Amino acid sequence: MASSDGSPASVAAREAAPAVGDAALALRMYRQMWRIRVFEGHANELYLTGKMPGLTHLYSGQEAVAVGVCEALEQADYITSTHRGHGHCVAKGARLDLMFAELLGRAPGYCRGKGGSMHIADQENGNLGANAIVGGSAGIATGAALSSKKRGSGQVAVCFFGEGALGQGLLYEVMNMAQLWKLPVIYVCENNQYNEYTHFRETTAGEVLGRARAFGIRAESVDGQDVRAVHRVATELVRAARAGEGPAFLEAHTYRYHGHHVGDIAREYYRPKSEEAEWRERRDPIKLFADVLVAEGTASAEQLAAIETEVKAEAEAAVEFALAAPFPDPSEVTLHVYA
Amino acid sequence: MSTLEAARTPVADAAEPRVLTFAQAVREALAEEMRRDERVFILGEDVAEAGTPFKVLSGLVEEFGPQRVMDTPISEAGFTGIAVGAAMTGMRPVVDLMFGDFLTLVMDQLVNQAAKTHYMSGGKLKVPMVLRTTLGATRRSAAQHSQSLHTWVAHVPGLKVVLPSTPYDAKGLLKAAIRDDNPVVFIEDKMGYTAKGPVPADDYVVPLGVADVKRRGDDVTLIATSSMVQVALEAAEELARSGVSAEVIDPRSLFPLDKDTLVASAKKTGHVIVIDEGHERYGAAAELAAVVADGAFYHLDAPVRRLCAMDVPVPFSPVLEDLTVPTTASVISAVRELLQPGN
Repeated sequence: MASSDGSPASVAAREAAPAVGDAALALRMYRQMWRIRVFEGHANELYLTGKMPGLTHLYSGQEAVAVGVCEALEQADYITSTHRGHGHCVAKGARLDLMFAELLGRAPGYCRGKGGSMHIADQENGNLGANAIVGGSAGIATGAALSSKKRGSGQVAVCFFGEGALGQGLLYEVMNMAQLWKLPVIYVCENNQYNEYTHFRETTAGEVLGRARAFGIRAESVDGQDVRAVHRVATELVRAARAGEGPAFLEAHTYRYHGHHVGDIAREYYRPKSEEAEWRERRDPIKLFADVLVAEGTASAEQLAAIETEVKAEAEAAVEFALAAPFPDPSEVTLHVYA
Repeated sequence: MSTLEAARTPVADAAEPRVLTFAQAVREALAEEMRRDERVFILGEDVAEAGTPFKVLSGLVEEFGPQRVMDTPISEAGFTGIAVGAAMTGMRPVVDLMFGDFLTLVMDQLVNQAAKTHYMSGGKLKVPMVLRTTLGATRRSAAQHSQSLHTWVAHVPGLKVVLPSTPYDAKGLLKAAIRDDNPVVFIEDKMGYTAKGPVPADDYVVPLGVADVKRRGDDVTLIATSSMVQVALEAAEELARSGVSAEVIDPRSLFPLDKDTLVASAKKTGHVIVIDEGHERYGAAAELAAVVADGAFYHLDAPVRRLCAMDVPVPFSPVLEDLTVPTTASVISAVRELLQPGN
């Protein structure tokens, strides 16, 4: 595959076609992608039925990126996430029930209902939080990597961000320091092509990978709809970061099925329905992976259907839990302003 | 030196309080905390061999090495963000932000990230970091290197804001700030770095949120912050010669704020002037005046007055710049006006 700036295909992506590989890993990745897809379906429904306060930004279509990357990480490794962060959260190990509770502003939510959709943090799984400032977590991820290096803990930090964050100066400030100090941080740019309501080609001069390479940072690109390809390249970048070889930049080409947020319904003025249909029908990461798993004999269609059924039951129970959960006590409002 | 003299020397030293400059006191606090806790490290521009342009950090890199006294690129937002992430994951960074004017460059990392992380995470994540920076005009540094922007950060829930005015307080407050589990903005008066005062060599801490009565008095309360504490003390000394007894109170931190001490003094004297080097409009002085008015309204003989930096960008020309900040003379004049019968 050619990288986005037309340079030769990356070393990692050039590797031979996927071996059958670890069947357990494959099925776990398949399940995790479904868990994200089903979670987002319920999130949309909760919004449309007026049960969720505020709004939310859905990750559907991009599942292979979060899952492929997070399956290359250990539980203790760090991630930082974005306003479109449910996928990263699930992929890093979060529970659906506590996530739904947070989306609904309920007491048992991951942040006791104080964060909401755009701020879920799950420190037990190394998730340092989603972030509602575009590019705002680039410093946090890089600082976590500095901390890991200072403590000698061997942890790697992954900074997820959309291609819209390529417009933020902070990203380049911290990438410079990450390379100067050889920090174990991987900048994962999920290029879903749209900065909110504007195509990224209208906002992004030059070449994406060239921006990282200008700092001497290893930069790769990958098909973000191919979970195995994402996992393969992420595994190599994580290995290198853990070995002290310094930071890396990964651009994953992907697509956002929904609008910028759940309320962005009439969007033909910035992208045609035919484009959305093309991605949903021909580039869907879950369908593509299912076809591969069946074709290579890793799983039967029935096994995959069973996973889908289990995930749907899990998510329905999680939604029921969240809808029945209490709201925070009013005394919570002044709690946790200071540690 | 005879044996007898050598034996007596330390005794004589112990009797005399040790005197350090403000800069030396800051440096000593950092060194003590870095020796005590290996998680503490410094990062910022020219903090290592250069010891900062103000030479506050001179000698630290020699003791602690470049891994703990880290020179950064000129990327204020970047290294502040890195400090936030390091603080969230087990370290206790101390950021050196050379000029307070550069707060504008780090506001997202400070206000949207550091200040809100603990609350937004429902108390799971903490950001134990200190951001040291400066305030103060009259250094002939013009509009982008002279501002006193402490009010901007004091407005933000989640941040603590400390304003030491003496070498003793600088050491004790900085040690408290480093040990605090919250993001603390620690603002030093750059014109006061060479001021001297007694500083014990002991490991002492001045808790955040405790005001200090710098001078006792009965007729008027001067609530002064940072650079203005010395101005208020000089005014009080001058006023004493004409029989006016002024009490000088230094809140020492804008948040947490020791309201009780301010209100108690206001109730005692019935006359209050707040002196602060930030701009007057919507400033720290307005907040302190409101606290006094709320708590001591029926004890006040006159409205609370404010003396602040003029609401203009800081001009370069010395004759103009000196007009913009409160002085001993302007404080004395304000006190005399306030205490006039019928006022």
